Amino acid sequence: MNPYAPVGIFLGVAFLFAVAFSIVPGLAAKKKPNDTKAEAYECGVEPTSDVSGRFPVRFYIVAMLFVIFDVEAASFYPWAVQMHALRTFGLLEMIVFVVVLGIGYAYVWRKGGFQWR
Amino acid sequence: MSIGEAPPGTSNLPIPPTPPAPRSMDLVERVGNTMTLSMGPQHPSTHGVLQVVVEISGEIVEKLEMEIGYLHTGIEKTCENLFWTQSSTGIERMDYLNPLGNALCYMLGVEKLLGVTDEIPERASQIRVLLCELSRIASHCVWLGTGGIDLGAISTFFYTFDIREDILALIEVSGGARMHPNYLRIGGVNGDLPDGFLAKLDRLIEKFPTRMRELRTLLQNNPILRDRMIDVGIIDAKDAVAWSLTGPSLRGSGIGYDIRRAYPYSGYETYEFDVPTRTEGDAYARFLVRLDEMDESMRIIRQVRKRLERPGPIMIDNPKIAQPAKETISLSMEALIHHFKIVSESFRVTPGDVYQAIESPRGELAYYIVSNGNNRPWRIRTRPASLYNLQALKLMAPKNLIADMVVMIGSLDPVFGEVDR
Amino acid sequence: MTVAHVLDLLNTVPWWLVVTVKAVIVLVIVQTVFAYSMLFERKIMAWMQLRPGPNRVGPWGLMQPAADAAKMLFKEDLTPKTADPIIYKLAPFISLICAMGAFAVIPFSESSAGIWGVADVNAGILVIFAITSIGVYGISLAGWASGSKFPLLGAVRSTAQMISYELAMTMSVIGVLILAGTTSLSGIVHAQAKVWYIIPQIFGFAIYIITAVAETNRAPFDLVEAETELVGGFHTEYSGLRFGLFFIAEYLNMITVACIATLLFLGGWNAPFGLTIVPGLIWFVLKAGLFIFMYIWLRTTLPRLRYDRLMNFGWKFLLPAATLNLMVTAAIVAVLG
Repeated sequence: MNPYAPVGIFLGVAFLFAVAFSIVPGLAAKKKPNDTKAEAYECGVEPTSDVSGRFPVRFYIVAMLFVIFDVEAASFYPWAVQMHALRTFGLLEMIVFVVVLGIGYAYVWRKGGFQWR
Repeated sequence: MSIGEAPPGTSNLPIPPTPPAPRSMDLVERVGNTMTLSMGPQHPSTHGVLQVVVEISGEIVEKLEMEIGYLHTGIEKTCENLFWTQSSTGIERMDYLNPLGNALCYMLGVEKLLGVTDEIPERASQIRVLLCELSRIASHCVWLGTGGIDLGAISTFFYTFDIREDILALIEVSGGARMHPNYLRIGGVNGDLPDGFLAKLDRLIEKFPTRMRELRTLLQNNPILRDRMIDVGIIDAKDAVAWSLTGPSLRGSGIGYDIRRAYPYSGYETYEFDVPTRTEGDAYARFLVRLDEMDESMRIIRQVRKRLERPGPIMIDNPKIAQPAKETISLSMEALIHHFKIVSESFRVTPGDVYQAIESPRGELAYYIVSNGNNRPWRIRTRPASLYNLQALKLMAPKNLIADMVVMIGSLDPVFGEVDR
Repeated sequence: MTVAHVLDLLNTVPWWLVVTVKAVIVLVIVQTVFAYSMLFERKIMAWMQLRPGPNRVGPWGLMQPAADAAKMLFKEDLTPKTADPIIYKLAPFISLICAMGAFAVIPFSESSAGIWGVADVNAGILVIFAITSIGVYGISLAGWASGSKFPLLGAVRSTAQMISYELAMTMSVIGVLILAGTTSLSGIVHAQAKVWYIIPQIFGFAIYIITAVAETNRAPFDLVEAETELVGGFHTEYSGLRFGLFFIAEYLNMITVACIATLLFLGGWNAPFGLTIVPGLIWFVLKAGLFIFMYIWLRTTLPRLRYDRLMNFGWKFLLPAATLNLMVTAAIVAVLG
């Protein structure tokens, strides 16, 4: 048995739970739709404009930075687990890695990648 | 002179026809890649029914337009068809956080028109001052509580409403109702304070400093709260005057203008109190001014409490204005006639106009009252402090975050019963 | 017949059936814990706010969760006409399934028969992070698919917030992994038999607490919902049980991070002061409960941060601090062994 098989089964059971959660109210809840109810909420007035506008690029930058740094973070994990075996060699290797990462981080900071206003 | 005719000496210019009002949404133009968002009238942080139509790019407010009037009640117009004695019922409902202050302002105005200001008995004035200062604390409690909720500090609401609850209970003992007791009368107050009132007041006076200390500990030096309020919504003194701000919103900008000091009424000149003023002009300054004001109000209340030991008349000695005491009606023919006259047709007020202002918790609350000699006011015009204060939002909010705009609205403490009337 | 005997008996039936039954049991228990942690929160908040809290449905309001669930079931499920209907309807499921999925690898206690949990994998902590981080899709898709402005703003905010803090969170636990030398959750607990990692990793724990609160969108980092700014945030348009699913997911995430904190920093089911007479499961529940209590305490006390401050704090302080923490830990391990 693969040790990860139970995780898959668990997710399957969780999925069935979620399906059950959606079927029961589908049967029990009342359904009386009308146009007013189906309107998007904008504090009690008719929506002033549609939402399909452009959005500031700042949020996209955060997403990109996340992808970059999260990949770096993932590479810490195997190193961390082996730290007791690697000792000074591992530490020096990682210092080099962190310095390189730090240069990138400082660059993003300088460029205002973390600036919000 | 008939009811509809303007009194002599007041302006009678023809009213120009009003063009149809444009909707605020049409006024706000989209600039570049922005999104129009309507905050309100049904929004948790617009303190009632304010609608702010904002142009946002991301989270930054580019432009905004305010739409008021969702709570328009027409109380001013209604008053024109009510006797002088009846109007206060509606007037108390304008600023629903300070009903007694509204009533007091109206009463003072009518008394000034009648020319009886100096005849109001001292004890009546003391009771008026006491109740108004209690209302001020209660009103600031609501502001602090809802302001806390605006910032996500939900518990504050319950702590401040605990104080407010005690005050409303006191007001209930005095006038019979918690929010709108209709206890003040033209010429005095309706009946003396009942037994047990002062004992209850003493308990509040004793408890209050502890409660305030707790609130200050929780809020005043809270780093998150300071961060949210310091340097947010700055109004400098020049702008504050130019935009006609009054009350704590003005005093937070460094101008110590308080009607109780500048144009004292009801004997405020005889009380010892400070006018808290700060110079920073930001939301935190307004916050501190209000907190200090609560303490100052309590200082006045303590002084009134001492003076209330002495009994005295609580109604003007003028049978044309004051309703005779209930028990005399069945004994004296005169009293019966006066009672009948006042109840069935009120009294007539000298023609003329008067502007009476008081210091409400929000600032300069004033009534401009015009009489044409009838038993009804010809016109009552309110100067609601929060209507003028609220306009400053347009000055503060652009180029700031939505989250800051919420703090700014809260720091101006608008009450929409008063703004929309 | 003790629980251990039952587990022995279970060894005779096929493994997949055992796992399925275990999964159902764990999920049912977790749902119950969710329901009562909600009541617990409301009661604690009420006591901190001078009010009695729910007390009408059953003694001490103990039936309140059932009443709430019944209410949710009968509420109408609305879909705005501007919404993308399929994504709109699926989004809550993504959130919920990911929130529930994390419990697959959490060991709750152990006995001679083995670990009390569904699966004991050697990369447990990574599996939890992998599954829960997919949950952010639920939130961002929900906001985007609603076709409404407040949800959109809320979703964009929350996505940025959650991914920013997830980064600091994954970094903050690496110190523990260095000390334990394993990513298996049961292995980490065993490594804490002598001393809990909260002591050597106190800075890591502090960073973990902050990021955990932000990651689960709870006060003072509840900017995703921020009802005074964005009305309801990403779930403004949701009603009925679909809203309930987000709610359940939020609480399950809270319980998950409480469990992770217990396993990584608070010694898991290890008894403190040698009090082994109390079963390990009780200790686990107490420690996780303490963590959840801290959540509630924070919520009643603190105002909400502003969004730009939150992002600055996450990127400019927590991330470097977490990196520094793990490098110092590594240096100490390298020097002292």
